[in-house]
Amino acid sequence: MKDYDVAIIGGGLLGSAFAWGLADRGLRSVVFDEGDNAIRTARGNFGLVWVQGKGLGMPEYARWTLESSRQWVGFAERLRRETGVDTQYHRDGGFVICLDDDDFDSNVGLLEQLRREAGDGGYEFEIVEHVELRRRIPIVGDVPGATYCPHDGHCNPLRLLRALHTGYLNRGGEYRPWTRIGGLQARADGGFVVSAVDGKVVAAAAKLIVAAGHGSRELGSQVGLQVPIFPEQGQVVVTEKAAPVLNYPTNYVRQTDAGNFLLGPSSKNAGFDTSTEPATLRDITANCVRAFPLLDDFRVQRVWAALRVMTPDGFPVYQQSDSHPGAFSFACHSGVTLAANHALEVTEWVVRGDIPERYRPFHPRRFDVQANPASR
Amino acid sequence: MFKRIQPVDKPVHLVFEEQPITACEGDSVAAALLAAGVTAFRQVARGDALRGPYCMIGNCYECRVEIDGKPNLQACQQRVRDGIQVRLQRGLRKPGERDEP
Ligand SMILES: Cc1cc2nc3c(=O)[nH]c(=O)nc-3n(C[C@H](O)[C@H](O)[C@H](O)COP(=O)(O)OP(=O)(O)OC[C@H]3O[C@@H](n4cnc5c(N)ncnc54)[C@H](O)[C@@H]3O)c2cc1C
Ligand code: FES
Repeated sequence: MKDYDVAIIGGGLLGSAFAWGLADRGLRSVVFDEGDNAIRTARGNFGLVWVQGKGLGMPEYARWTLESSRQWVGFAERLRRETGVDTQYHRDGGFVICLDDDDFDSNVGLLEQLRREAGDGGYEFEIVEHVELRRRIPIVGDVPGATYCPHDGHCNPLRLLRALHTGYLNRGGEYRPWTRIGGLQARADGGFVVSAVDGKVVAAAAKLIVAAGHGSRELGSQVGLQVPIFPEQGQVVVTEKAAPVLNYPTNYVRQTDAGNFLLGPSSKNAGFDTSTEPATLRDITANCVRAFPLLDDFRVQRVWAALRVMTPDGFPVYQQSDSHPGAFSFACHSGVTLAANHALEVTEWVVRGDIPERYRPFHPRRFDVQANPASR
Repeated sequence: MFKRIQPVDKPVHLVFEEQPITACEGDSVAAALLAAGVTAFRQVARGDALRGPYCMIGNCYECRVEIDGKPNLQACQQRVRDGIQVRLQRGLRKPGERDEP
């Protein structure tokens, strides 16, 4: 059994970003992951690096998201240079297309509220009425307008995952798939022992990161980490390829570098069900065709469903265990968007053994009725 | 390269890039083209490399052709019909161009 500086449970978007960042900082780590038939949100998401509309009620999250989108520029470039994998990140800004006037009003209202909450930090967005929208996106349908945020962008999330893994392995990192972890135990000397579901001890490490997506709830509880997450299902539709006509990602549709249009994603609570059904797919395509009528005669190539790692308020849950210092857990929706911060910044917290004060709002303590006077 | 293991008993006539082809009723367009010695079905999006069928079961999308003006059709998932005009899928489909003739 080998001794590591850090053992990371989960090789999805969060775990891989941490692995990359820790290797970059010269730490010896190991990543345990499941196999190809596991629930892996990293493989089923939409690929947006998205700022617009996020963080209502928690300005720290709005700032955190904006910061990650800024970091993404240099991050994507570094990944490309060091691994040869192009994440196809583009940051030309993004549009939230509004299909009717009510939709337009409420979206603008939301962004104005975010701007008020941001205070001096500022919150950049632009209201784009139909005529101007047509000028910027000629293929848009008969919609009242959209909002635009210059910080939004998109990437190929599978390439992101590959780039992170490649960079990690190039620096000598150890990735162990098909190893479902079942037990996390504190050692007398302060470190941790990690064992697989069959009880076999697979590693010892000074620190522990639980980043197992939907597996985190159970694993975290073994070392004093409460991870209040639940699955929220999202279905995605992919069309045949076409020459590039949509230069911006939007809330309904984005066109990939390969030329396919991605439509969706939907959202509903369906437990751990990953099946698609016609009614939801019809809703997705109907809305996307209203936004972009030319999609009407496009053929669908693939559809799938994936499970968001959702928290009760939609904001991240980041924590270090009180009872087992050195054990961290991180869970959030928007693991693509936050990948740059996870790799570049969160890894520093782990090395230092402390989550800075200004990120305490991400602690799950906020869901604790006793500790939160506002919800009493 | 490919040889039919049964005779063409119910002929169907189609055209691939001006070349008349006789297929057998029930053939997929991909099978018909391959039997006639055609292996290049489409041109890639960037550059001029040519591609042909790989999986023959609708998964790989390598076999895309244009049939009667409809772009991006999987030849392995289409049955031959008398008189269809099949063309190479040249690069990416131009969006906005209508499907129906
Ligand atoms: C439809 C959809 C669209 C999305 N779109 C976007 C988007 O546009 N932009 C964006 O930023 N985010 C998006 N997301 C969210 C993003 O994909 C997630 O935030 C991210 O994947 C979460 O990463 P994770 O590492 O926590 O979980 P995962 O990516 O699921 O990884 C967890 C890993 O841990 C492994 N694991 C679990 N239990 C164990 C165990 N016991 N032992 C070992 N390994 C274990 C799993 O096998 C898995 O590989 C979307 C999500 C969905 C569902
Ligand atoms: S040959 Fe693979 S989809 Fe037709």
